[in-house]
Amino acid sequence: MRRMFKSLLAASVALAILQGAALADTIKIGSILSTTGPAAFLGDPEQKTLQLYVDQINKAGGVLGKQIELIVYDDGSEAAKANGFAKRLIEDDKVDAIIGGTTTGASMAMAPLVDKAEIPFISLGGGVVIVDPVKKWMFKVAHNDRMAAEKVFADMQKRGITKVALLSETSGFGQSGRKESLAAAPKYGIEIVADETYGAKDTDVTAQLTKIKGNAGAQAIFVFGLGQGPAIVTKNIAQLGLTLPHYESHGVASKEYIDIAGRASEGVRLPAAAILVASKLPDADPQKKILIDYVKAYTDRYKLDVSTFGGHAYDALHILTAAMTRAGSTDKAKVRDEIEKTTGYVGTGGIVNMTPADHLGLSTAAFRLLEIKNGDWTLAE
Amino acid sequence: MGGACHRADGEPHPPAPPRKRGEGRAARAANDDGKRRLSPFLQFVFSGVTIGATYALAALGFSLIYNASGVINFAQGEFIMIGGMLAAVLTSAGVPLWLAALAGVAIVAVVGLIVEKLAIEPARDSEVVSLIIITIGVSMILRGLVQVTLGKGNHALPSFSGDQPIHAFGATILPQSLWVLGVSTLLVAALAFFFGRTRTGKGILATAYNRLAAQLVGVDTRRVLALSFVLAAAIGGAGGILIAPIATTSYDAGVMLGLKGFVAATLGGLGSGVGAVFGGLFLGLFEAMTAGYISSAYKDAAPFVLVLLILVLRPQGLFGAKSTDRV
Repeated sequence: MRRMFKSLLAASVALAILQGAALADTIKIGSILSTTGPAAFLGDPEQKTLQLYVDQINKAGGVLGKQIELIVYDDGSEAAKANGFAKRLIEDDKVDAIIGGTTTGASMAMAPLVDKAEIPFISLGGGVVIVDPVKKWMFKVAHNDRMAAEKVFADMQKRGITKVALLSETSGFGQSGRKESLAAAPKYGIEIVADETYGAKDTDVTAQLTKIKGNAGAQAIFVFGLGQGPAIVTKNIAQLGLTLPHYESHGVASKEYIDIAGRASEGVRLPAAAILVASKLPDADPQKKILIDYVKAYTDRYKLDVSTFGGHAYDALHILTAAMTRAGSTDKAKVRDEIEKTTGYVGTGGIVNMTPADHLGLSTAAFRLLEIKNGDWTLAE
Repeated sequence: MGGACHRADGEPHPPAPPRKRGEGRAARAANDDGKRRLSPFLQFVFSGVTIGATYALAALGFSLIYNASGVINFAQGEFIMIGGMLAAVLTSAGVPLWLAALAGVAIVAVVGLIVEKLAIEPARDSEVVSLIIITIGVSMILRGLVQVTLGKGNHALPSFSGDQPIHAFGATILPQSLWVLGVSTLLVAALAFFFGRTRTGKGILATAYNRLAAQLVGVDTRRVLALSFVLAAAIGGAGGILIAPIATTSYDAGVMLGLKGFVAATLGGLGSGVGAVFGGLFLGLFEAMTAGYISSAYKDAAPFVLVLLILVLRPQGLFGAKSTDRV
């Protein structure tokens, strides 16, 4: 018995040493996400997705024969904290690459540090500013707000709508969306005849909607916001009996919106990533397989619905690990170059073709136009 | 409370676009021209009343604890949030709405008691300012606990008496707004009775005014603070449940409600129940009118301009008594 104990002890010590050696030779991926605070509904699925796929990749042997070590910090949805954590990732943890910045604000707060430290950085934020103008070390995977606006306006044009009432949220997301919508509208022959706003936590927006209703010119209403705000707007539209075609942005692309707005959401159209309608895509769709795999893996492990946002983390991780594999090392400059050369990557967000001038690599085609029917998403095209 | 267990989403409505639903449709279509001609003023009023009623409920809780202790309880918004969240989680688990609502109020009352026992009572003899700071800490803890236990998602409750808007003179209001208003009014009346006519209520007021004197005439001042927290929590919880069908709720919903409720309470005069309700309604109407007639961009700045004006011109609030020199 005693001897067995001794040999067990020896074995476990040896194992510990081996493990220590293995740990010293890992690929370190740092991530700063908003897993708490107002942006938690974005950051939480992102963190869960990263963990899920890092585990999966490690189980399959890792990248370049090394295990991935994921270091995640929560910035509590405060951009200033993201900056502090970025410093820690770079100086203390000495990571090989950074994924994250859940929000545009956090990503931009990290930008100067990333640039100075020359570390490949893939942001999960949605704002155009992250990659426009192009910054050498920064990439992004989330669709631009501009693309959402363009997708909506293209559909309006098809339906012969030329005069639109815009109702945007006073949040960063809503205001960026408002700016991009105003800029994109003329290209599609669309005139914004009403430009109203509401607060993210407002409980009633019938005052703004009444103004829009009184605006005889408006042929459609376009709401740009995220979270519960648009759901309240949708309920208020039903309350007032507004019959204009109603468009939302990709900010409502989660099941929660339909749950909260209920029947009032019937007939609403919105641009969204294909992930929401994964099972409804035609079999020939190149994205169908990876989407269905992701949805299954995520729901199996977490028993939660997938969202577009978790998909961004999926794309960022896979673009990064693919680049490391192609580079044959974790040399930061080589990995950066390889990320920039990403072509034909089929992800949850769309098909990514990056160039030195385009660090996003998605086209408007990455968005699908959905319509809510019978409390579920359907493809409108 | 019979109508309370009536679940709107349980109705066998065929799924159809919102504008095509409900029996009021024909009447509405005939009415449509008339509606357009009528001034949107009334709709702004209804919007303001809907928003204001939620603020008023939040403000009531502030007033109650202020009356008992001079403390401004910044965890009041969290009491509201917890009420709404509990009811939402319970109903989605299949519990009937009325039972979920009762359970929600009861649990929030217990939370109020725990908060008072664990956080406020041990520091009972410190400055009011310290107690106020403690309540801020409590609000963060409560928010964090809810986030961890009930999740970060948004929830909505089914409306108590359906979602069919009530039409009046070309404007619409949701039946739920009337519920909020009605219950607020009842609560104010009940509180007025409690503070003006009952021994316990008078004891609370006396304790706030002068604890030593109250103790000398036989008021159990230890229990007064606990009681006021339980009451404020229960009122907040009830408010949260009433508001949830309109405003939806999430773990961080209390932040905004707490802030606006505090502004409303200050407007109406801290410590006055009637003031809290009028402060809330006034604030809601002011926001709606700003959004309607000036620009929705200024809507959120409006309450703060208003509160500055009031503090300069009438520091005791619209309904507050002249200052009683409590330091």
